Amino acid sequence: MNLFQFLAQNFRQVLQLTLEHLWLVGVSTVLAALIGIPLGILIAHRPVLNRPVLGGANIIQTIPSLALFGFLLPVPWLGDRAERLAILALTLYALLPVIRNTFTGIRGVDPAVVESARGMGMTGRQLLWQVELPLAMSVILSGVRVAVVISVGLATIAAAIGAGGLGELIFRGLAMVNNQLILAGAIPAAFLALFADFSLGWLERRLRPQ
Amino acid sequence: MAGAWKTSTWSRSDVAVNLICWADMNRDTRDEPAIEFRDVSYELPSGQRVLSNLNLQVQRGETLVVLGRSGSGKTTTLKLINRLLRPTGGEVRVNGAGTGQRDVIRLRRGIGYVIQEIGLLPHFTVERNIGIVPSIDGWPLDKIRARTQELMQMVGLESQLAPRYPHQLSGGQRQRVGVARALAADPAILLMDEPFGALDPLTRDDLQREFLSLQQRLHKTVVFVTHDLNEALRLASRVALMEAGELITVLSPQEFLRSTDPLAAAYVRAFRAGTGLDTNRGSS
Ligand SMILES: Nc1ncnc2c1ncn2[C@@H]1O[C@H](COP(=O)(O)OP(=O)(O)O)[C@@H](O)[C@H]1O
Ligand SMILES: [Mg+2]
Repeated sequence: MNLFQFLAQNFRQVLQLTLEHLWLVGVSTVLAALIGIPLGILIAHRPVLNRPVLGGANIIQTIPSLALFGFLLPVPWLGDRAERLAILALTLYALLPVIRNTFTGIRGVDPAVVESARGMGMTGRQLLWQVELPLAMSVILSGVRVAVVISVGLATIAAAIGAGGLGELIFRGLAMVNNQLILAGAIPAAFLALFADFSLGWLERRLRPQ
Repeated sequence: MAGAWKTSTWSRSDVAVNLICWADMNRDTRDEPAIEFRDVSYELPSGQRVLSNLNLQVQRGETLVVLGRSGSGKTTTLKLINRLLRPTGGEVRVNGAGTGQRDVIRLRRGIGYVIQEIGLLPHFTVERNIGIVPSIDGWPLDKIRARTQELMQMVGLESQLAPRYPHQLSGGQRQRVGVARALAADPAILLMDEPFGALDPLTRDDLQREFLSLQQRLHKTVVFVTHDLNEALRLASRVALMEAGELITVLSPQEFLRSTDPLAAAYVRAFRAGTGLDTNRGSS
């Protein structure tokens, strides 16, 4: 039985696990964007906070993912459901690229443009929504893209704590020394990563200011 | 103000006119200069002094040109007026009130601002760029559109340029958009920081000429920064000469050419040398 036959026969299960995988990645990315973009904006406007925030996000990034899943396991409400825990861990990992790119994007807006916008009497909010965010959007999006690609890979490890996703096939394959099983998890995961990379990259180019 | 009554014998209509003006003056504080620097200093956080004890009045409807070499503090002076910078000493007054005592957003929307790098929003079309101040001020869309079209005509931009983006324009066209944008909400005061500095000589000449004819119609209070004496003499009602953060002197263009002030004379000499007229030095 080759890989294609295997995939065809277990189509429903692979699809189910792919959707679980997408759910983990999608929810954690949205959370990371909801937290990371405002944080990035904050540190772009308040340079004093820049070092502690980026430093913190950096430290999280250096914790090995299995260790982080392990650390979080005994936490009361979180540990109840593996999925919650996986989403939190993935969100934490996704924060750094989102925060860093938001910061870089906003700081990268031409100072002459910001100055003249302020000089015309834009309020801080108008400046943010009409000038800074639109001009930084492609850089911010590229941070989100990096976060998604990292998450797709990391989410396979979430299966180790029983959170589901394509990692389940990989871990099962490892335990049973079955390469087909490993590939049946790894290949859809790779395609997910490539697809996310491509589509977000396309959006990013569309939004890049001339 | 009562003293004005004694200065001459007036006909009855003169008196009537003056009474109206007097009432106006009281209401709009027209007796105040449009902009006033009172003993203004500006220091950087590092303690470096950028401006020292600046005292200067800009009258309503005049074009005051601030002339000085690069680094002399011209841009700083301008940014103190719309409070992009805050004085570290003294007070800047606009229309009779300190700029620190009023809402800074309202202050800025009442002051047009044109900078050398133009600062057009790269993701806004020409039309949206020109309409920014009316738009953030909440004008209805049709009024913004009408005003934008009027302004494009006023500064000599063809209407088919409206949907273009700034990077699709020539330097001269961008600068015209910058001027139109500054005029959009019809502010009484216009700040211009080397607006024509980056243009080729012919385009600059065009824009200077159009600036003069616009100013003849609009009578804005203009503070115009340049390092170019030719531009200063051409556009100014008065020239304020700056050097190393200090105001050296304020002179009309005619006075400037005859001035015995060493720095002013040095500018005139350099200017004449540049035009090949230095052999005429001393004669008129
Ligand atoms: N943010 C700043 N940091 C360091 N130096 C500054 C800053 N702003 C102004 N300066 C200094 O202040 C002086 C005056 O600057 P500016 O007003 O821009 O001069 P000008 O417009 O006449 O060229 C210059 O010597 C400049 O180096
Ligand atoms: Mg300057």
